[in-house]
Amino acid sequence: MPGPMFFYIIRRLISVVVMLLIISLTTFLLFFASPIDPATLTCSKNCTPAVIQGNRVKLGFDKPIPVQYANFVKGIFVERDFPDDPVLKAANPNAIYTCNAPCLGYSVLQTQGVTDLVKTALPQTGSMALFAFVMWIVFGVLFGIVAALRRGQWPDRLLVGVSLIGYSLPTFFIGQLLFVFVALQAGLIPISSVGYFPFFDNPLAWARGMFLPALTLAAVFAASYVRLTRAYMLETMSEDYIRTARAKGVKERTVIRRHGLRAALTPIVTAAGLDLGGLLGGAIISEKVFNVQGLGYLALQSVTLTDLPVTVGVVIVAAFFITVANLVVDVLYGVIDPRVRLS
Amino acid sequence: MTTPTSTTTSTTTTAERAPVAAGGHAAYLSLRDVKVHFPTDDGLVKAVDGLSFDLERGKTIGIVGESGSGKSVTSQAILGLHRRTRAQTSGSIILDGEDLMTIKDERLRQLRGSKMAMVFQDPLSALHPYYTVGSQIVEGIRVHHHDMSKSVAKKRAIEMLGRVGIPNPARRADQYPHEFSGGMRQRAMIAMALANDPSLLIADEPTTALDVTVQAQILDLMRDLQREFGSAIIMITHDLGVVAEMADDILVMYGGKAVEHGPVNEVFYKPEHPYAWGLLSSMPRLDRARKSRLDPIPGNPPSLINVPSGCAFHPRCTFRDQVPGKTCSTVVPELLESSPQHLVRCHLTPAQRTDLFESDIKPRL
Repeated sequence: MPGPMFFYIIRRLISVVVMLLIISLTTFLLFFASPIDPATLTCSKNCTPAVIQGNRVKLGFDKPIPVQYANFVKGIFVERDFPDDPVLKAANPNAIYTCNAPCLGYSVLQTQGVTDLVKTALPQTGSMALFAFVMWIVFGVLFGIVAALRRGQWPDRLLVGVSLIGYSLPTFFIGQLLFVFVALQAGLIPISSVGYFPFFDNPLAWARGMFLPALTLAAVFAASYVRLTRAYMLETMSEDYIRTARAKGVKERTVIRRHGLRAALTPIVTAAGLDLGGLLGGAIISEKVFNVQGLGYLALQSVTLTDLPVTVGVVIVAAFFITVANLVVDVLYGVIDPRVRLS
Repeated sequence: MTTPTSTTTSTTTTAERAPVAAGGHAAYLSLRDVKVHFPTDDGLVKAVDGLSFDLERGKTIGIVGESGSGKSVTSQAILGLHRRTRAQTSGSIILDGEDLMTIKDERLRQLRGSKMAMVFQDPLSALHPYYTVGSQIVEGIRVHHHDMSKSVAKKRAIEMLGRVGIPNPARRADQYPHEFSGGMRQRAMIAMALANDPSLLIADEPTTALDVTVQAQILDLMRDLQREFGSAIIMITHDLGVVAEMADDILVMYGGKAVEHGPVNEVFYKPEHPYAWGLLSSMPRLDRARKSRLDPIPGNPPSLINVPSGCAFHPRCTFRDQVPGKTCSTVVPELLESSPQHLVRCHLTPAQRTDLFESDIKPRL
């Protein structure tokens, strides 16, 4: 029997779809309604008015914007052809790029479908983000708990101090630092093996290659999670229900874990979900420092080249991750905190 | 049904029981010169400063006083809930022959929730919002009965919820605290405290957050349960009405010290300490003619860091002129027996106190 939780999730799913539609529309309008004519960007040196006009028609830029948007959205569900010319397709199928659903557009500059570009970039960003996520959650939360339980004593001061340093250093600095000292000077990880190697080809090479970029991200996030966890842990450990648990004779370790941590985790889950969602959309600086060709790198490249279809595609993918992360966080919230379920 | 073991202590000497145990007889719970001090950046907070009292099984002591008088700190000291890093404790708290101040932490933990239990005020914040009421009671049972299966403990929890008058306890056990009303939550709190048949129950303002009807029900419930289990009850409150109704003995606290202590009939009807007079005068009463206004005690509760010199109450005491010289502001009064079993900490002579109460206070109540 579907409970209130089921309807809650359905309701949230609908709002996610609406949200994505709005985001895609905004992004789409922002770029295609701009004064830059996307057709002039398709031919660089070979541009003549005739070529531009030809490309404009081929790519459908001559159509009204609502139609273009409708085609774009349609492409997410059914395949699209570039150019969308059935006559040409019948005559010469090789001249046509067929963009399979979900089709996010076609980059003339890179002569590739945006979906393909995203598909290549995503595992790199995903590896880095997930690897970093595991590290920062484990260490950030663990150290945060230790700091809270040893409040005012040396472990607390040390952890808070170190995390403040980590928090203050910019990502590119930590990245460079790790790169220079771990890879170059100590030679612990050969430079050639830093970067992305598919996990399923060689998990070891993957881990070795992703370690430094992930560590860089993890260091930055762990620093704030130590402080976050410490603050929430201190708050919950002074709640009345903790005293009740102690008064029941519950062992201190159980009090901390079952009564304290459980409640302190709620806001941490929220922050963690949103941070991971954001990271999956690309981490430009870490990617750049360690030459990981992920979504951040792709976004940067597309902006530099004014490769509009790619920019739109990456923004939408990033937005997708953030809205989904939001949904997951909300559902988890309901799982963790029973008071949320009813409201 | 598996019932957690209940130690039955003899209640044969009830008749001659004194609020302060007569020599030779060891009371079930006995506090001697208990001090709880908190070092802070501003100075040493003397929350409880030399408190002694005895309590027998089946009896209730009411501890009254303003906020910050040390009532709750005392109760948490008995349960050993003060963190050693934050509080300095001394004195002795003997429960059934064991000194809670010196026993090992692990033993203290075993006693908490089984032999001695506590009902906290404000059950909404005292119950964990993420766990069902049933599971919170089950946790309290199983922590002291490792061999008891979850289902047996659950049965016991449901039985306890029924016992404290929660309708439909089996369904209620699976609900969360926020799905309970205030009165029901307090009942659940009591059920949780009583789940292991504690012989000492400490109730810290158990009815403060409740309306009067529910308050009366909860008090009835506690009385019934005391009759049934023969528990000793420490009732902490600032509500003299509750104490008069429930307690055998009353202990009035001021600034971390006992200022008056004796059987309920003595302290409630023949109070001798000016602070106790103040408490009585500031209490609304239905059985007396309605007056235009209540008489508040002038001034504020004392600072526990810079406790007033001499008698801690002297800055607020309207009778300090009746004591010759500057005794009130220079000499700390002793807690002395004024009539049998009735202890008072005041520089006024017993005769002066009786006169003042009869002439000044009683007519205005």
